[in-house]
Amino acid sequence: MKIIVPVSDNTDDSNVDPSLSRAPYYMVYDSETGASESISNSAKDSPSGAGVKAAQTIVDAGAEVLLTVRCGDRAYNVLNGAGIKIMSASPGKAKDNIDAYLKGNLSELDTIHEGHHHGAN
Amino acid sequence: MKGITTGQIKMNIAVLSGKGGTGKTMVSVNLARIAVPSVYVDCDVEEPNGHLYFKPEDVVCEEVSVLVPKSDPDKCNGCRECVRFCRFNALVFSLDRLTVFNDMCHSCGGCSVICPQEAITEYPRTIGHLELGRSGDVYVRTGIMNIGEVAGSPIISRLLDVNTSPKKGITFIDCPPGSSCMVMESIKDADFCLLVTEPTIFGTHNLKMVVELVTEFDKPFGVILNKTVEGEADPSEEYCLENHIPIIGRIPFDRELSNLSSEAKIASEESVRFENLFQSILDNISEMV
Amino acid sequence: MMKQLLILSGKGGTGKTTVAGAMTHLFRAMACADCDVDAPNLHLIFGNTGKEQRKDYYGLPKAHIDEAICTMCGLCSEMCRFDAIKVGYTTRVDSHACEGCGLCEAICPQDAIEMRPVVAGDLRLYTDLEKGVFSTAQLRIGNGTSGLLVTEVKKQMIGAAEGTELAIIDGPPGIGCPVIASISGVDMVLIVAEPSISGLSDMERILDTARGLKAFSAVCVNKADLNPRLTDNIVTRCREREVPYLGEIPYDPEVVRVVNRGLTLAYSECPAGVAVREIFERVAELLYEGVVE
Repeated sequence: MKIIVPVSDNTDDSNVDPSLSRAPYYMVYDSETGASESISNSAKDSPSGAGVKAAQTIVDAGAEVLLTVRCGDRAYNVLNGAGIKIMSASPGKAKDNIDAYLKGNLSELDTIHEGHHHGAN
Repeated sequence: MKGITTGQIKMNIAVLSGKGGTGKTMVSVNLARIAVPSVYVDCDVEEPNGHLYFKPEDVVCEEVSVLVPKSDPDKCNGCRECVRFCRFNALVFSLDRLTVFNDMCHSCGGCSVICPQEAITEYPRTIGHLELGRSGDVYVRTGIMNIGEVAGSPIISRLLDVNTSPKKGITFIDCPPGSSCMVMESIKDADFCLLVTEPTIFGTHNLKMVVELVTEFDKPFGVILNKTVEGEADPSEEYCLENHIPIIGRIPFDRELSNLSSEAKIASEESVRFENLFQSILDNISEMV
Repeated sequence: MMKQLLILSGKGGTGKTTVAGAMTHLFRAMACADCDVDAPNLHLIFGNTGKEQRKDYYGLPKAHIDEAICTMCGLCSEMCRFDAIKVGYTTRVDSHACEGCGLCEAICPQDAIEMRPVVAGDLRLYTDLEKGVFSTAQLRIGNGTSGLLVTEVKKQMIGAAEGTELAIIDGPPGIGCPVIASISGVDMVLIVAEPSISGLSDMERILDTARGLKAFSAVCVNKADLNPRLTDNIVTRCREREVPYLGEIPYDPEVVRVVNRGLTLAYSECPAGVAVREIFERVAELLYEGVVE
């Protein structure tokens, strides 16, 4: 199964990024092979709709589980609709959060924050 | 001596300010009340306040809608051309179907044009409404954008086009604050722009931005110095004098005026003192144009 | 870890920037950000001295037509929903009206149209050894502020302010996305409310938004004596919502004079200055101890 985590840089040692849709990278961890790779997040530069675009990236990466600190309502709609489990991550190393998840120590994310509503461009 | 009196001329006066809170609504509401028969149009569609002063009657509502896309699942083959095309990230494809985030959509119609399967069609969606009413001889038009919507410009555009007004008389357009594209939409039909500012360096700094805006759109304009303090240097006034910008009026800071406005009362109705103040501003405007 | 205090107000003109400036001096904050990018003003009292660094900020790309290739077929003009393309002697794009949708680029039979990035403004960072770090942005006219820009202004400040104890952020007006972006990650939101009907409704909406983001908020009222009735309403509402009410600042003509000299109320002896200092004490208690007496 693939576990995805928004991260602040593209190294193995990277920390969980506080933002879901504007994190510079996502770490994609394959629990079967133990391998992880980094994909870059093109949504971070979008003036608007970053949550939606990020969700599309996450869906396309084949993730089944997402570990994140926060999640906006638009991204949530897409991810939840696609059957992806959204778990609450703690600030710190992404790898530590992944370990915690695999040991069953993480709980589901319960706070979905209101989406961003933009003024006219 | 009065200049051309209102009621004899038909013109659009846009009232704007660089920042919020300078008194734009207070000024436009009071001028509209004095200049009867007149029209007051509230283009601050995210946060309209003018109707609080006028409490219009005989209100007719008109919905404003924009077109948004939907996909026919029988024709859609999941190619995602539309997702790649949409620059506003309003489209997502997941679990074999297209999801549209309506409040991100700018209604450009592009996805329906480029879909290779012709699977996308458009349908109207309400984004807000207009309230058209009267308060005495002031025709009051208010635009209200639904919470969470992206773009107020279609509402402003409809608000300015709709025709409920008398053939003559001045239309006062109460613009949104700032200098964004909604402000540009609001002033596009203006014959004259009234810039409201305050005597702080903040006010002056923001005044410069709006001056740049109205200049770029080639609109004649003048300034109202609001909340002026007796005996104090006024950086906004200095800026106007240095740049030969006409000063149409000066409204001294006044506790009574402030209190009345905070309760959404129309000061020129409550006291002769304020009636005269706004009448003289109106006279100055008619002399200018 | 750096603490962040955000000042918000909803509508403009409540005195948010004046209060933010005073707080910066009273806290001796060495990092400051002006996220009110539609109408940035904080630099007028904080002072944009020191080393300046500018970075272009790009908004949505806009359509650009290569006149050499264009055959003036007019298809783009016909299809554009925003009336942004006019066909005259040449085919011209009105860049203010252009919304950047890209439809014209996609359908031009000659491939004469390209969406090109447009500079919407610039990010500015000032570093001064004595005053600290000041981050702001200036938008070009016709561009509205966005959550992305607010996030960039904050990131720029945080990036330059390592080791700083406290940062003060002058927030954007309104209640939409830019406000939400500004609230993210702050330790406390101070709402400067205005005692007017619209001011009261704005305060409620910001409190709702902050609550949705699990941010800690407190309220103070500026120019309170201009409408004692509504000031009382605000106090009552805060109590009902269990939001700390930190006090009121009277309308004071001296404020205009102080601000116009490029100073803050922090050291001013006038009534507004006294009131701001009392509110500062309570903000400090909340920020550092989490309680207010």
